[in-house]
Amino acid sequence: MVHQMASPLDVDRVRKDFPILERRLAGDRPLAYLDSANTSQKPRPVLDTIAEHYERHNANVARAVHQLGEEATAAYEGARDKIAAFIGAPSRDEVVFAKNASEALNLVAHTLASGLAEDPWYRLGPGDEIVITEMEHHSNIVPWQLVAQRTGATLRWFGLTDDGRLDLSTIDDVINARTKVVSFVHQSNIVGTINPVSRLVERAHDVGALVVVDGSQAVPHMPVDVTEAGADLYVFTGHKMCGPTGIGVLWGRREVLDALPPFLGGGEMIETVAMEGSTFAPVPHKFEAGTPPIAQAVGLGAAVDYLSGLGMDKVHEHERNITAYALERLRDVDGVTIIGPDTSTDRGGTVSFTVDRVHPHDVGQLLDEDGVAVRVGHHCARPVCLRYGIPATTRASFYLYTTSAEIDALIDGIERVKRFFW
Amino acid sequence: MSESLYQEIILDHYKNPNGRGLREPFDAESHHTNPTCGDEITVRVTLDGSTVADVSYDGQGCSISQASASVLHELLTGSDVQQAFDVEAAFVELMQGRGEVEPDEDILGDGVAFAGVARYPARVKCALLSWMAFKDAAARAVAGGEAHR
Repeated sequence: MVHQMASPLDVDRVRKDFPILERRLAGDRPLAYLDSANTSQKPRPVLDTIAEHYERHNANVARAVHQLGEEATAAYEGARDKIAAFIGAPSRDEVVFAKNASEALNLVAHTLASGLAEDPWYRLGPGDEIVITEMEHHSNIVPWQLVAQRTGATLRWFGLTDDGRLDLSTIDDVINARTKVVSFVHQSNIVGTINPVSRLVERAHDVGALVVVDGSQAVPHMPVDVTEAGADLYVFTGHKMCGPTGIGVLWGRREVLDALPPFLGGGEMIETVAMEGSTFAPVPHKFEAGTPPIAQAVGLGAAVDYLSGLGMDKVHEHERNITAYALERLRDVDGVTIIGPDTSTDRGGTVSFTVDRVHPHDVGQLLDEDGVAVRVGHHCARPVCLRYGIPATTRASFYLYTTSAEIDALIDGIERVKRFFW
Repeated sequence: MSESLYQEIILDHYKNPNGRGLREPFDAESHHTNPTCGDEITVRVTLDGSTVADVSYDGQGCSISQASASVLHELLTGSDVQQAFDVEAAFVELMQGRGEVEPDEDILGDGVAFAGVARYPARVKCALLSWMAFKDAAARAVAGGEAHR
């Protein structure tokens, strides 16, 4: 099927920036990489920046007085500036580097549970309620379950509607005067739903609760302004947005970050240390114990430059077009059921589906033989699979380099799966 | 290429499984899951003296995990317990052999069709799921029998 699609991006040119997309797989198969929600591929400028950092500027940060140390520190802190600008953070000091989004979420959960905050409001305890949703990634479920166990706080959650949206019909009951924290995903990593952030923020703030948003699947794909979103804390990860692995970001309102006690203890997070006790550095360094992921932060800075150069609005529009095309084609395949929203309204380019009478692992394996890389399983969001009564899904996820030809390869692959197993 | 992983024998067992369904009575039961993919299987073992009188099972999962359970049922039902453990060991050796182990059809029967799966590390656990559950259940059935003596 030939499909002409107008894209706001010059996708052919974009693809030339990603060396891996030229790879031939075993058996000389071309690669159709439809697994960017898992991790994105990396463009040449990011790869070059990381290599150049190690080749020319490598030193530890914030402690060396020599030239390389100053260069490395400038590069690391420069990356913080770039990321602050990218997400509209009012201050660079509100941008904390973590190793990934999971660590950033654990930082928030752990510090609220530790009981070490000076202000008792920031100490969770019995009677307090934490609200999450059934569509969270495990990294926004398990830390809160552990927190509830430790503190005696109660964990509550929003369920899902049949079409893959949050069921907010009971919002005034679920988020109530006892609610201390509301933590939810901006865009689902399994069904692609984009959640109504402002509605949740409004209700949470009405009852004085803290809002944490997991933007791991949002920041890579759409323009995100953290002040516009209105959350108190917002986390995301670098490797899904053209950056390297090993680097994540926690943005928080200064007042909130100041109120939270330290997370990990160690070098660089202190002000003074004596055997009797220690005082701590101001944010962001209070939360950055030990040698940070320096080259990774610098690489993420380059990724942000790359995305900004293309324009996040254009990236978003391209993905909307691709997603609409993928949904249209998938809806026409006999035996395929889309799990989650099957229209492109308020949804991103992550599409989960099942194929009748074929297990997702078998779907994924056969697609791989066609060079089509998808993810199969529960996608670290097992409650979603339980909600829809399925063991797993096949998930195709798109990004700025995805072409309609790759969607066609996916559809052809599914037809072959059916011929093989039916 | 799919033919190396999805042998016709495997597809046959997947589409027409032998001995599927949980049966009573049984001496021991084991439920195993593969947390990375959500495949799961329950295996029940019934002994008659030192003979495996029945292996019944139910589960959900990919063609590899479900076909493997069917082959297990076919191979081990009616065999001596020790012989069943020997077959189990041979199957595990084949699956962990990275495609380098030459399977013995006299011992493994239709299990030889899984030789190709051993070349796909992500799928080896699928093939072994029911066998691990069997090993667990059979060991407990044997231990239970000895305790009652």
